[in-house]
Amino acid sequence: MSEPELEGIVESPWSGGASPFAINSKKLGMWLFIVSDSLTFSALLVSYAYVRLANPDWPRPFEIWPAIAKSTAMTLILLSSSLTMVFAVSASRKGDTKKAVRMLYWTIFFGLAFVGIHATEWVTLFHEGVTPWSNPWGVPLFGGTFFGLTGLHMLHVTIGAVYLAIISWGFGKGKYNADHVEVSGLYWHFVDLVWMFIFPMVYLMSVSLKG
Amino acid sequence: MTSHAATVESHDVGTTKLFVSVWVWLLALTGVEVFLAYLRLAPALMLTILVGLSLIKAALIVSYFMHLRFEHLGLFLLLVPAMVFCICMMLIMFFPDSVRLIHMRPQ
Repeated sequence: MSEPELEGIVESPWSGGASPFAINSKKLGMWLFIVSDSLTFSALLVSYAYVRLANPDWPRPFEIWPAIAKSTAMTLILLSSSLTMVFAVSASRKGDTKKAVRMLYWTIFFGLAFVGIHATEWVTLFHEGVTPWSNPWGVPLFGGTFFGLTGLHMLHVTIGAVYLAIISWGFGKGKYNADHVEVSGLYWHFVDLVWMFIFPMVYLMSVSLKG
Repeated sequence: MTSHAATVESHDVGTTKLFVSVWVWLLALTGVEVFLAYLRLAPALMLTILVGLSLIKAALIVSYFMHLRFEHLGLFLLLVPAMVFCICMMLIMFFPDSVRLIHMRPQ
């Protein structure tokens, strides 16, 4: 396709043709996946908010130290991973393969650190007798919503780390181009975005009233 | 199609300074949220403020980190209004009912 023809297609979002949104099909596909996945998380978060508001006896097990401090650190880690992901996309666009791969490795490292800290949080709750079906405070929905929401999010982070590992390997080898890095970045930022809702709604809404 | 995509997306948007400042804003808003946790406000008020702050953070991430601000308007119109509509439908169904349940509980 010649250059003037291409400009004709992309000059207006409504002009249709091969690329009505002026993005490649991989990116459009990822955006559509993100919209559908955000509705999945929205349904879980709205139903969580429903039971949280409707239950005045809702357990508040999270002390400022260590639970809230730990989850704040996890938020910092995930936000930092988004920054390194942005740098990876930027470097890949500029053709700086070494920097892009290095930044992808940092992103994976932050992602795995997030999962590791989150796992210790889960273990602590298990030791306190909290499971998805029961807990010592008599509101079984607490465990169901907590493990359901954070578990699905942790699964997304884990899949994201594997996805980024594959992309960094392929980009380093020249198998994948900058578009692949950008599309994987969209997924990673989405995972970060979801945590921006889970952290305040699940942790900060259940801060212990003691102290 | 690949060469086409590469041509239309060869632009590099945003600077390091911009991305770092967005990151700092996100950290600052997180700090505000944690500070609010110390205040132990009423759950409904706390939830409203926290969701408001989270929406600002989500807008920053989508606009700058996910580059949606730099994409064509058509992509934004394809993705965002329908999603917002669906989420509003969930809220219309759930919230009035959850507040009603609180008032129905025996004291």
